[in-house]
Amino acid sequence: MTRHLPWIALALVGAASFGVVATVRGEPVNALWIVAAAVSVYLVAYRYYALFIARAVMGIDPARPTPAVRRADGLDYVATDRRVLFGHHFAAIAGAGPLVGPVLAAQMGYLPGTLWILAGVVLAGAIQDFMILFISMRRDGKSLGELVRMEMGAIPGTIALVGAFAIMVIILAVLALIVVRALAESPWGLFTVIATVPLAMLMGAYTRWIRPGAIGEVSIIGFIGLIAAIVFGQSVAESAFWAPLFTLTPVQLCFGLIAYGAIASLLPVWLLLAPRDYLSTFLKIGAIAALAIGIVVLAPPLRMPALTQFAFTGTGPVWAGPLFPFLFITIACGAVSGFHALISSGTTPKLIASEGDAPFIGYGAMLMESAVAIMALIAASILDPGIYFAMNAPAAITGGDPATAAAAITAMGFPISADALATTAREVGETTIVSRAGGAPTLAVAMAEIFSNVLGGPGMKAFWYHFAILFEALFILTAVDAGTRSGRFMLQDLLGLASPRFKETSSFLPGLVATLICVAAWGFFLYQGVTDPLGGVNTLWPLFGISNQMLAAVALMLATVVLFRMKRDRFAWVTIVPAAWLVLCTGTAGLMKLFHPDPKVGFLAHANVFSDAVARGELLKPAKSMAEMSRIVFNDRIDAALCALFLGVVAAILVYTVRTCFAARRISRPSVTEIPPALELAR
Amino acid sequence: MTLLSRLAETARLMVGMPDYNAYCRHVASHHPDRTPMTRAEFFRNRQQARYGSGGGRCC
Repeated sequence: MTRHLPWIALALVGAASFGVVATVRGEPVNALWIVAAAVSVYLVAYRYYALFIARAVMGIDPARPTPAVRRADGLDYVATDRRVLFGHHFAAIAGAGPLVGPVLAAQMGYLPGTLWILAGVVLAGAIQDFMILFISMRRDGKSLGELVRMEMGAIPGTIALVGAFAIMVIILAVLALIVVRALAESPWGLFTVIATVPLAMLMGAYTRWIRPGAIGEVSIIGFIGLIAAIVFGQSVAESAFWAPLFTLTPVQLCFGLIAYGAIASLLPVWLLLAPRDYLSTFLKIGAIAALAIGIVVLAPPLRMPALTQFAFTGTGPVWAGPLFPFLFITIACGAVSGFHALISSGTTPKLIASEGDAPFIGYGAMLMESAVAIMALIAASILDPGIYFAMNAPAAITGGDPATAAAAITAMGFPISADALATTAREVGETTIVSRAGGAPTLAVAMAEIFSNVLGGPGMKAFWYHFAILFEALFILTAVDAGTRSGRFMLQDLLGLASPRFKETSSFLPGLVATLICVAAWGFFLYQGVTDPLGGVNTLWPLFGISNQMLAAVALMLATVVLFRMKRDRFAWVTIVPAAWLVLCTGTAGLMKLFHPDPKVGFLAHANVFSDAVARGELLKPAKSMAEMSRIVFNDRIDAALCALFLGVVAAILVYTVRTCFAARRISRPSVTEIPPALELAR
Repeated sequence: MTLLSRLAETARLMVGMPDYNAYCRHVASHHPDRTPMTRAEFFRNRQQARYGSGGGRCC
């Protein structure tokens, strides 16, 4: 009993912190209360729930050889120190998602987001990562698609693959949209990001010919180059000749990005993708660590209310829709992210040295990502709410300039002056901060606020702002490049089912065709988002959230099937509860996006408003011609079709899950296709 | 393993580069008849393996 005492004390600290966060009204709450509550929840959940799952539910056996032991080859299968592997796994799962989603969710206040991030990670997100890692680890590190095929059958396997491809397309579009919103009309930002291309190529050449393998060395050179680019970017932005050249409209940037995606994903990996990944990975880890230190040192008060009126009305300017289900799909990464199922069944299970390390890697790394999401939520909440809403409300509401924006946001109940908006823009070295939706610029302003307070003073704000923008843009561009490549291979796999010629991943033509289809697919959604008067985030982020949570639901349903087939039905609630919640959330959100009568929420309602106007021969803003009107209707219907596809995938997998579980119950012995321990020992 | 070398190993594995010495030890103990790849060959092989398929990264 005495060994539980420290944990009980910790739980009490967490409960007390929650009490403060949840009950204090009218005066600002310090961000450290949220940090204390979160850390207590993580530690207690890890100590009790993760270990319960490991021992009782999964029956982890540290003596059982892992793939890294059984198939050791020094290359793909390497038994790795668990601390080293933790870093690898964390770097692979944490991207832009946990930084952006919470920023968007802050429109309802900090409380709903905080509660969902903590409950979601403990009961759903970390379970998913951990279960899939466990399942893959017992099957030679097979991928999610193969696991679904092995445990549920060929048809659900293919359905899951189609779902994964659709998610990839939406993720790439939404990530690219964030970059467009952050870099449009920002010569300083655009210059620094463009400068990373030749810089990365230089690094690529260095590691290829001059010093092969010297990753640390070349990353330091690259980092110095990046800082130089940020510093020099200020002169570019102030130059009468250069500034206009780097000032692009969102539509120009959109086409630039599409062309970039197509070319970059066809270049040899050592030239651009690999060296930029070094920079973006190390910068990401460094920036996350710096943000954590900054928040703890600064201990800022939260200026956003715990709950805004939008939590009750569902009419928020950043994204439309009621708290349930839309909050739960807006914050995907950080609470539960289906994409992690692809990582947990990727390289990590091939590197894990012992089954005993699985809770630390699978459950622990996801808790860490959740902490990143909490930091992003804190960052968005320490800003003046007036600035937050002016930055994140679409131009249709703010009117696009400080005076109209200040009036509109003040009318919402968040008083802000046009002067304050102009001053903030000037301080961060931009011409305007109004309607810079997408989350990244908001986070950058918050990071500039935190960093400049800890280091360098107000004079450094502009530098830190562009540093934060660069760090986000850099890893998003790396993800666009790498994602287009994975999308290409997924597509070749799928098309290969119809025409075997497409499976030849090494030959040029099928690869080129698949790459172009993939780029065209995400490019379509990107263009639609960029030209959307509501900023695009309103349309694309819910689609992204639905698709991501849908994949999580598929992963948790697979885990449920595996538990039934292991004859561990009595513990299956561990995965059934989060799977049911996700099916409920994605199902409700998907149906609302399809059929909700409010055109701000429902795609079809929006399409009807415009098609009715077309029938009357009337032009509706923002369309400037009948052709544009028809395009808006067409886009809405495509979005609706995609939404229906996601719903179909979830429904189909649900049917197969129930059938497979009942079939497993009828058999009196375990029927999983694990590699049995005896075979494992035989090598 | 010292803290610094473990940090360096973590950083390298974050970008998909496993430990070269461990690879050499593996070849020496399991396949004494084979010549292991040189450090540069190993680097190129792993770089292609990580990025060639595009995967391995989240949103």
